[in-house]
Amino acid sequence: MANDLGLAVKPVTGISVEDEKRVYEWINSEDYKLKNFARQALVVNPAHACQPLGAELAAHGFAETLPFVHGSQGCASYYRSTLNRHFREPAPAVSDAMTEDGAVFGGQNNLHEGLENAYALYKPKMIAVFTSCMPEVIGDDLTAFIGNARQKGHIPKDFLIPYANTPSFSGSHIHGYDSMLMSILQTLTENKAVEGRCTGKLNFIAGFDANTGNYREYKRFFKEFGIPYTFLADISETFDSPNDGTYRIYPGGTDLGEAADSINGKATLTVAPFATSKTFVWMKEQYAGEHVSMPMPIGIAKTDAFLMKLGELFDKPVPKSLKAERGRAVDAMTDAQQYMHGRKFAVYGDSDYLLGYVSFLLEMGAVPHHILCSKGSKKLERELHALLQASPFGQKSEIYMNRDLWHLRSLVMTDPVDAIIGDTHGKFIARDAKIPLFRFGFPIFDRVNLHRRPLVGYQGVINMVSEICNKFIDIKDETCEDRFFEIMR
Amino acid sequence: MSGLVKKVDGITRESTQAMIDKALEAYPEKGRNKRAPHLAPNEPESGSACVKSNRKTVPGVMSARGCAYAGAKGVVWGPIRDMAHISHGPVGCGWYSWGTRRNLMSGVNGVSNFAMQMTSDFQEKDIVYGGDKKLATLLKETKELFPLAKGISVLSECPVGLIGDDINAVAKKMSVELDMPIIPCNCEGFRGVSQSLGHHISNDTIRDYIIETREFAEPAGPYDIALIGDYNIGGDVWSVKPLLEECGLNVKATWTGDGEMERIAATHQVKLNIIHCYRSMNYMARVMEEKYNIPWLELNFFGPTKIRASLRTLAERFDDTIKAKVEAVIAKYDAIMQKVIDEYRPRLEGKKVMLYVGGLRPRHTVGAYEDLGMVVVGSGYEFAHTDDYERTTPEMPEATVLYDDASEWELEQFVHELKPDLVGSGIKEKYVFQKMGIPFRQMHSWDYSGPYHAYNGFPVFARDVDLAINSPTWKLVKSPF
Repeated sequence: MANDLGLAVKPVTGISVEDEKRVYEWINSEDYKLKNFARQALVVNPAHACQPLGAELAAHGFAETLPFVHGSQGCASYYRSTLNRHFREPAPAVSDAMTEDGAVFGGQNNLHEGLENAYALYKPKMIAVFTSCMPEVIGDDLTAFIGNARQKGHIPKDFLIPYANTPSFSGSHIHGYDSMLMSILQTLTENKAVEGRCTGKLNFIAGFDANTGNYREYKRFFKEFGIPYTFLADISETFDSPNDGTYRIYPGGTDLGEAADSINGKATLTVAPFATSKTFVWMKEQYAGEHVSMPMPIGIAKTDAFLMKLGELFDKPVPKSLKAERGRAVDAMTDAQQYMHGRKFAVYGDSDYLLGYVSFLLEMGAVPHHILCSKGSKKLERELHALLQASPFGQKSEIYMNRDLWHLRSLVMTDPVDAIIGDTHGKFIARDAKIPLFRFGFPIFDRVNLHRRPLVGYQGVINMVSEICNKFIDIKDETCEDRFFEIMR
Repeated sequence: MSGLVKKVDGITRESTQAMIDKALEAYPEKGRNKRAPHLAPNEPESGSACVKSNRKTVPGVMSARGCAYAGAKGVVWGPIRDMAHISHGPVGCGWYSWGTRRNLMSGVNGVSNFAMQMTSDFQEKDIVYGGDKKLATLLKETKELFPLAKGISVLSECPVGLIGDDINAVAKKMSVELDMPIIPCNCEGFRGVSQSLGHHISNDTIRDYIIETREFAEPAGPYDIALIGDYNIGGDVWSVKPLLEECGLNVKATWTGDGEMERIAATHQVKLNIIHCYRSMNYMARVMEEKYNIPWLELNFFGPTKIRASLRTLAERFDDTIKAKVEAVIAKYDAIMQKVIDEYRPRLEGKKVMLYVGGLRPRHTVGAYEDLGMVVVGSGYEFAHTDDYERTTPEMPEATVLYDDASEWELEQFVHELKPDLVGSGIKEKYVFQKMGIPFRQMHSWDYSGPYHAYNGFPVFARDVDLAINSPTWKLVKSPF
């Protein structure tokens, strides 16, 4: 019989309602939490993806650039569909479709044929190559393969092909973003540094930020200041392109010439210390001008610091318009503080975002109670700790590094909070705990247009305050007894 | 099938071939030669597939295909609700396929259903030293933390097969130790040419490790059947199963939508298998036929015409009681379906549809569009085989274009040429065509709607097709200035 495991044949019993109830209660218990946190090998509902996804996002940020996965075609389909679902936009990318014979002979033939076809069909100005697992495990040599492609004429000799090793068994999507971005900038700026030349521009990097509203907000700041800028890896048009009846495969991205000249910039600023750490180290060595890596401007203090830094770099005062905007954001916070003060939150997400959420919550007098990063670092932990220590609202917070959303579920069920801040994947915990989930992170698969509303800057503060406070008020309206249901809130 | 060859005004073999040739012009010679056999005008009476299929994807062409792992995890194993499914390898594969297929399931998440992302999250050291030990630990932890899981599937990602791990040995040892079925599925993404091999491998593991390991507690009856190849997308199984029950049949197991490992394991005791998605499940239907003499029927639950024909074909296999019930069911629902058609058909009459999907939909949904007065002017599959296209050519109108593993380039060219009123394809294609101002429905996931199967599904399908095509938003695409 077809029972290769040698187990006894059993009757179909199903799962009884009693068992279901018993185990449901158990998974919400302290006892379960201990067992859950004792896990050594099993990862359940991690809040991070793999490196190549980030590499693809970085590649989409450059004009007329085709992301190219060296590896199995299924990988490319997974990254593309993730971006499609989050942005509700096209995400054109190709793969060289390595199969079993690639495991034996390596992927050079696939790469060469792939470059030739992609170049002919999709007419890119640059092909950004990054790897998925298979070539990483078998040790394909991209440098040699791409060199050979030029030699053999599969692709013009001077065609731009940045490439990055982005193994999925190390780091997360933010590290793939970093590696691809660095390679793209290295490729574009090669021999472009001119002694004594200064573009007078700011080079700006947003990091693995899948909120196109944030990109537009940054640009607005630069415009208000009158700071000329080159926005590196600018996905705002790629993933928020107008519908005018024409499909454009490359609707946006940083102009390649401009990116090449960025090496002669006046200043380079990244607001993603974690998602661009490698790139920033390289830029510091190679790029002219000043170099700054500072936190994402989420919340008032971090936005203040950001704007003051812009002023300092370009010797300009913070424009009055932005000062007024700050005042309006603070007004929104003081008006609404009663709805958030003392409210406890569970927050999780990518490192750069996480610091922003925590900073903002503390400014509102809210409590970031459980803070979790499923791919964190000692550096992140230190920085979170410093933020918490500096606020009376952060004294009882706990930080959980390299834990997953199944751990977070145990935390939320045993030590309740009022709300969760994270990405769509937190919705199961939110439902079980009967609390709201604020979708500030990536990905957002189940709501429309949230990637279009900025979270950075003062407008971002107003957006977060409105979303959070109004939801708490909605809950009160939906759940209060009739006699407490009233006009005023 | 009426047996009549359908025709579309303005579409001839010559016009379709010219369109294909034009699309192929952009390719380098080698790519063109590889792609050409996958594109052809339909010849309904030829009895042949018309196009080549199940070949390697041409590198660099922007294929929509997935991989063997996707076919195993996303399609066959993932929907089984009373099992924990481990994505064995790095974190990504399980993360991307986490809840994105819309195979809905009953039960309580994390308690009695496990629609979650469970992974061994391979790190560099696992690649270097192997992941077998980690897997053994992980299996114990899974059993401890999810005690109601009836079994565990271990779905290999690319690195596992490349580094020479022996998940089969680990599974065998741990099955005995934990006294539960642990199914090793060697479905690394680099195997085969598409998700299709993942289906096949998964069917083989069901054959080798699952079937016959359970027996139904209640005695067998003459009307015991299993529903095979329905994945409960948007609740499809919850539409088909009650319909079959209304016809007097006992649906003992569903493969694998809202499926239970235990019931799948006892399916060797049923009298008849009904198969909906032939591509992903024909292997086990054949195994059960050969091994247990269980016949199987390929049916189509899209649109009243095909449902009616399917139910009658089904009734033929049973006694007069069932035949009478089936006729009563058809009579009852025909009236309801006619109202649906009366409402939507006037707004959809003559509208042209292009399809590019997977499994069964490029052929099975043709009739449902036709019920609404629409005409399918192009169709193709991501991962089909010759037998799928042989089943497709009679359904499609004469000379309409068939495309296998179409590249985005080809689809774009065909759409420009054919100007369909609706494109039905996947998420990767959706926004490409919507940017062109062309109405689109995702036909893998039912675009977050559903069910589309059976009588409960058709009104939803009709509504969705209508809302896509007749949305006033499309009229706003062209700006007046």
